[in-house]
Formats: sequence, structure tokens, C-alpha cells
Amino acid sequence: MSSELMSNEIALLAIFLLSVFVGFEVVSKVSTTLHTPLMSGANAIHGVILVGAIVVADHAKTTLEITLAIAAVILATINMVGGFVVTDRMLQMFKGKSKPKKDFGDSK
Amino acid sequence: MSRNIYDLIGLAAGICFILALKGLSSPKSARRGNLIGALGATVASVIVFFYANEGRALNNQTLILSAIGFGVLVGVPAARKVQMTQMPQLVALFNGVGGGAAALVAIVEYLKLGSDATTAVVIATVFTVIVGCVSFSGSIVTFLKLQELMTTRPVIFPFGRQIIGLTLIGVLLSGGWVIASGGTTPLLINGLLSLIFGILFVLPVGGADVPIVISLLNAFTGLTVAASGYVLQTTLLIIAGTLVGASGTILTKLMAEAMGRSLFGTLFGAFTATAQQSAGSAETRPVKSGSAEDVAILLNYAQRVVIVPGFGLAVAQAQHTVRELADLLSAKGVEVAYGIHPVAGRMPGHMNVLLAEANVPYEQLVEMEEINPTFPQTDVVLVVGANDVVNPAAKTTPGCPIYGMPILDVSLAGNVIFLKRSMRPGFAGIENELLYDSKTTLLFGDAKDSLTKVVSSLKSL
Repeated sequence: MSSELMSNEIALLAIFLLSVFVGFEVVSKVSTTLHTPLMSGANAIHGVILVGAIVVADHAKTTLEITLAIAAVILATINMVGGFVVTDRMLQMFKGKSKPKKDFGDSK
Repeated sequence: MSRNIYDLIGLAAGICFILALKGLSSPKSARRGNLIGALGATVASVIVFFYANEGRALNNQTLILSAIGFGVLVGVPAARKVQMTQMPQLVALFNGVGGGAAALVAIVEYLKLGSDATTAVVIATVFTVIVGCVSFSGSIVTFLKLQELMTTRPVIFPFGRQIIGLTLIGVLLSGGWVIASGGTTPLLINGLLSLIFGILFVLPVGGADVPIVISLLNAFTGLTVAASGYVLQTTLLIIAGTLVGASGTILTKLMAEAMGRSLFGTLFGAFTATAQQSAGSAETRPVKSGSAEDVAILLNYAQRVVIVPGFGLAVAQAQHTVRELADLLSAKGVEVAYGIHPVAGRMPGHMNVLLAEANVPYEQLVEMEEINPTFPQTDVVLVVGANDVVNPAAKTTPGCPIYGMPILDVSLAGNVIFLKRSMRPGFAGIENELLYDSKTTLLFGDAKDSLTKVVSSLKSL
């Protein structure tokens, strides 16, 4: 403790606590219209567990470990990639609604 | 790549996630926010290849890359092709597999560490396994409910509370066993009990409350990711997981408030309310049903019409037809607005997405608080495939599953027209008294067919 600025454990705890407050803060004022896309976007973000899955797949030695780790990679990829794509599809439909246009026969 | 550079890039990805959530909280920046999040996640997943094995190619690299390719091949088409009406269950499914992935990550690391694992790491592993498994199996049940592959009503079984309580005790005890003695068998038992608990935990939740549970499980998965981040000593996972856990908790609370439900009531309501079914006599009472022509005439001579769209409209793919009707009425000088209940559809904001897909002008979409005071000046309310969000039982019948949910006060309008497929109650499974009201007209049939008929009669008037 004397030689280092902070012990590793304390640093991780600090990161955790600060992230809690940031997480609370960023979404505290969101309209009901955006609840669904926000949930879907947050869902995609935790797909970053893919990073962890890749790390353990690198560590894995036994067949059991490799099987489980590769399963984790597949599941995490589905979560992450699918999550961002479906969120984008949802949000695509909100585009241009801030400027009221009155052309009915538009392209779509 | 040195640890410092790797950590800095990880930190940048973490900041991307914060900006993503911030962006997603406002309509203007939402899409950009999502893309920033995707960028952060992609960068993080790419650089790990250059760092994890000190710059050398990863062990099992080919397998890993094929697994990622396979995941992309499954995930992207699913996300691209899903009907917008079925999107909530897809999100539930994505969330479930994420929770499962996090649990697997912690398990593999635990197996690898063996007896080298510190107590703190074992505790984090147990937490990840419990919450990840609950999130996985719970999300599968929500998927089955929303996909209507199983009943949407609360599933209540004898001694339900006791069984769930005992399972939870089993989960905690087996978790303690893992921490005390280590080993693979206790962890396996712990995981299995957690999977069962996840199923039991979601079964009693009524269909209308499922979105709140999805949001809660989403927050759970976030925390699972954070805990496996601790197991792997990876800062980025801790940041990302905690962000989702915290924002997901707030979002769950906001959703529950929008639906007028307490979170506690949602999760445990089915057990405290003793199976209070609606009066059986109700179904034989007479209702007033009309033809498409009757409906067209009512609409034609109205000054102001409010359309209340529900999930039935989306199921029938009638968004475009309803817009055609609204345009026709506007052209005839009728004032048209859409009354959007916060939870119309399956999730808060779902209906806005569905109507935006049909290019309904945004300024015609009026939120509940603003439209409710205008109902007394409204001549006709056209309820298309909605039921629970206009059910007066939410105000009048204490103890019914939707009691306390704010509703659209359509009964204050001059006339109410329901377009319904049948007398079947709504998603929450409750009888709607308004259907028997003297000012209510029912037009039975598929929402799209009915609307098409109304449109053509209106044109001939």
C-alpha cells in the first residue's frame, strides 16, 4: 500500500462504485418512448462479455474447458452483434421524426 | 501490446459505453449512441486478440474465430429478419444467452484456477453462476411467454411460494458449499438449482408484466458480466457490466412506474393475490356489435377521432391501413390523433416503434397524460387491438392484476369502437367491462380486414 498508489482490489472496487453512479445518472431522465431501445442497447453492451469469453478460450486446456469456452464465445457473439443490430433497426424508425414533414407519398 | 496500452484502449471502450447509454436516452442521439456502443464493443473484442497471449496467436484461435463467425451468422439474420412485433422476445433471448455466456466464462476460469482461486474469486464465480443461470433460464421462460408458446397468464402451482423459497435456500446453500469446499460437483449443483430457480421465478409473472422482468434480467446479466470481469481481473468488463446493471435497475424502476406497478408486486403479486378470476357470468352478457358501414358512418360525422392502437394492430400488420384511415379522415376535416399508452404493445415505447415503421406522422402520436384530458371532447375513440390499456378495471377493481395501472380514459368519449378478433380478454387475461357499455360498438374480425372494410365504406360515403 505504501509503494503503490492503490491496491488492485481497491481500484477495482472504486471502478465498480463509480460505474454504479454513472449508470444511475445517464438514464435517470429518459422518456417512455425510448425505454425499449435503451433496454435493447444496454442488452447489447453486456455482450462485451465476448472479451471475457475469448480470454478464457485462450486459457482453456481440457476438452471440457474448451467446449464451455467456445460455447461462451458463440453465445456472447449472438448477444453482442444481434443486440446492436436489432437496436439499430428499432432506432432507424425514429429517424427524421424531429422535423415534421408532410409528404405522405415518401419512399417507404 | 503492453498492459498499459491494452487497459487504456479498454478504458476508451468503457467511455464508449457510457456515451452510448447517454445517447440512447434522447431520441435525437439514440441511433448514434447505439453505434458508439457497437464501436466500443468491436474495438474491445478485436484488441483482446493482440493482448491476451502476450502478442502471440491465441490458443484455440481458429476455434474462437469460427465460433465468432457462427455467432454472427446466427445473431445478425435473427436481428435483421425479426418482425418488429416479436422484437421484445428476441431481446429477451439475446439477454438470456449473454447471461449464459457470463456464467460459462466464470465456470471455465474457475475450473482452470482449481485450488489457486482466492476466496474472493470463488465468491465472484458463485455470484456469476447463480445470477447468470437465473438470467438465462428466466429469459427463456419470458421468451416462451411472449412468443405465446406457453400460457401468458401467471402460472400458479400449489405450494408455489414454499417451493420457490426452498429452491432459493438450496441455491444459497449450494453456493456456500462451493465457497467452503471448492470442487466441480458443488458448482454443478449450484448451477442446476439456479437454472430451476430462474424458471420458477418467472413462471408466476403475468404476461403484461413480462417486459419489466426482461428489463430486470437484463440488469442481472449486467451484474453477472461485472462479476466475471472481477474473476478475470478485466476492468472493461467491470465497467460495462456495472453500467448495464445500474442503468438496467433504474430502467426497470421507470418501466414499472410507467405501468403503475410496484416492482415487488410484479414479481410476487401472483402469489399474494389469491387467484382472483373475473366473474364467470360476464361472458354471456350481450354486446353491441356493428358492421364496417356503421363504423364508417360514426367516424365520418365525428369532429375528433382518437385512435388507440394496441398489440393486436401490430399482430395483424394493420399499421399501414390504420394510417390510410387516419389520412382519409384528416382529408375529410376530422381531427385525428393517436393515443399512445406508455406500455402499448409489449414493452414501453414499443408502439411508437411500430407506428414509426408505418410512417405515422410523429406529431399525431400523443402520450397518455396529454390525451386523457381531451377524451370528453372526443366524439369517437377507435380502439384497434388494444384491451388492457383501456380497461377500467385498472381503476375500479382492486386486486385484479392490472389494478393501479394508469389507463387511457376512453370511456369519457362520446362513442367507443373496439376492433377485436373475439371476446377473448387481453394479454393480462382480464375481462373488460367497457365492452358491455352502451356507447361501445364492437367490430369483430382481423384488425387489418376490418380497417380495410371501414376505409372502403368511408370512401363511398
